[in-house]
Amino acid sequence: MGRYVARRLLQMIPVFLGSTLLVFLMMYALPGDPVRALAGEQAVDQAQIAQVKKDLGLDLPIWQQYWNYLSGLFQGDFGTQIATQRPVADVIADAFPITVRLALFAFAFTVIVGISMGVFAGLKADTLRDRGLLVLTLLLISVPSFVLGFLAQYFFAHELGWVEPNVSAVAASQELILPAVVLGSLSLAYVARLTRTSVAENLRSDYMRTAVAKGLPKRRIIGVHLMRNSMIPVVTFLGTDIGTLMGGAVVTEGIFNVQGVGYNVFQALKSREGSTVVGIVTLIVVVYLVSSLIVDLLYAVLDPRIRYA
Amino acid sequence: MPEALETPVKDATQPGSVPAAESKPEKARSLWSDAWHDLRRNPLFVISAILIVFLLTMAAFPGLFTSADPRHADLANHYLQKPKWGNFFAPDWFGYDVQGRSIYARVIYGARASIAVGVIVTVLVTIVGTVTGMLAGYFGGWIDTLLSRITDIFFGVPFILGAMVVLTSFEERHVYVVILALAFLGWTQIARVARGSVITIKQADYVMAAKALGASTTRILLRHILPNAMAPVIVVATIALGGYISAEATLSFLGIGLAEPTVSWGVDISSGQEQLRNAAFVLIIPSIMVSITVLAFIMLGDAVRNALDPKLR
Repeated sequence: MGRYVARRLLQMIPVFLGSTLLVFLMMYALPGDPVRALAGEQAVDQAQIAQVKKDLGLDLPIWQQYWNYLSGLFQGDFGTQIATQRPVADVIADAFPITVRLALFAFAFTVIVGISMGVFAGLKADTLRDRGLLVLTLLLISVPSFVLGFLAQYFFAHELGWVEPNVSAVAASQELILPAVVLGSLSLAYVARLTRTSVAENLRSDYMRTAVAKGLPKRRIIGVHLMRNSMIPVVTFLGTDIGTLMGGAVVTEGIFNVQGVGYNVFQALKSREGSTVVGIVTLIVVVYLVSSLIVDLLYAVLDPRIRYA
Repeated sequence: MPEALETPVKDATQPGSVPAAESKPEKARSLWSDAWHDLRRNPLFVISAILIVFLLTMAAFPGLFTSADPRHADLANHYLQKPKWGNFFAPDWFGYDVQGRSIYARVIYGARASIAVGVIVTVLVTIVGTVTGMLAGYFGGWIDTLLSRITDIFFGVPFILGAMVVLTSFEERHVYVVILALAFLGWTQIARVARGSVITIKQADYVMAAKALGASTTRILLRHILPNAMAPVIVVATIALGGYISAEATLSFLGIGLAEPTVSWGVDISSGQEQLRNAAFVLIIPSIMVSITVLAFIMLGDAVRNALDPKLR
């Protein structure tokens, strides 16, 4: 087990470096210029621009910029925003907890509601309630999440007045419930469908017949025998889900005006603040890598036949 | 070639009871013709196929559906005029947007951009993903390690966020820029599926036989591996197509995908959000179009998967 974790952590290093390099290149090697963007529409002296670039190290070759960025990163220095002179680490420290909370709420909603719905439908496959769930999940998958967000905002905030349309800067937990439900709804549909298929399939298996024949109580048959075996494909999906939720938060945060990571990335992209964008995307990549490792380790808990040497 | 993958399940369940003459045509059916046989009887498939043909016609010949010009703005008469639900196919059927343009005409003409993005991204992604996955799966060793790590790297970058980063670099965002940005980050899922599928298939007897007969690597890859590995790839690609249409709309909504004067559902949803409170239909009608299109492709993908993978039934 220990050796397996160590090997996986080692394998993460090239992926981590590659992903950050990719984002770095997308940000800096493509056209668009933060120093020009700083000046806005005004005419600026070319020499002045060159001087600012030299001060910021933006005139160096791209690989050297990347090296400087990486070595800073390992000392906890995410760089400084060019326009506001604010350290990127501060921006992240403010925004990250909000998005993490949003993503965790969405994740909890996905797991609890999605799995319950899937089990509910899978236990009675091909009945009316199963068909109903299939239609519901198809609808959730096909309506883009920003449309869902607008509709939720329109009904719950403008029509019914249950919540404020915009989340305040503090982003109190109860304010994040509606955005989290919107954010999690797509994953919810996938989790429900995966659970349903898996439960319906495992119901027909031999060990289920044995468990029933032994006269075990229904709660134990479903709770232990059926669930444990049916969760493996669902857990695989959930492993990449936290990363996806954090990335997808850009859209939800935009609609509900949540001042999290997505909001900051969006602002930074507009002013071409490379260090902010790269820093935040890097962190999301780390979250994704770590959560998929945790999931792989969870396999062994669910299925003891899987052993990690 | 496809005989090797036929599903003998149906025949095996009733040994001897079926007269030989009757069981023969059953046996000869390949995976694909078997799937086609199932699909034609699946209402989900029929509905989605009709919807898709309809949408493709709309994208190819928008003039068939309306004579109104989607860019013609008539502020004086039509500013945010409510839909007239009884006036079928008339320019005011779905009302007018804030600039007095016919929403019906814009919805019809918007199909082209959205569907073009979806279809072309899917084609590009399928080509890149299949080639990468096939090479990694077939050759194994360091080629597999290298290609798989590259796939992991691209997979790790969040999709919408990554596409945003790419797209903000371009001043002029034509349809092809959006297509390239989505394809650039989207191919990894197909590559993973193709790799897994090829690894299973390369151990099949017919591949061994082809090798023993001295077939070249190219021939084995193109004639034996590729056709048999495509089933899961096609399923994933069909379902992903809906996702790309949705992604285009999302990016346009964020103001970094397609932009005016391109007519697209995403652009219209984006401009409709300002009128959400006094004229929700401006946002809702193009949203419904996006949803129907995505739904059609997902239903198609579902139906194809059920037909190709009898285990899921």
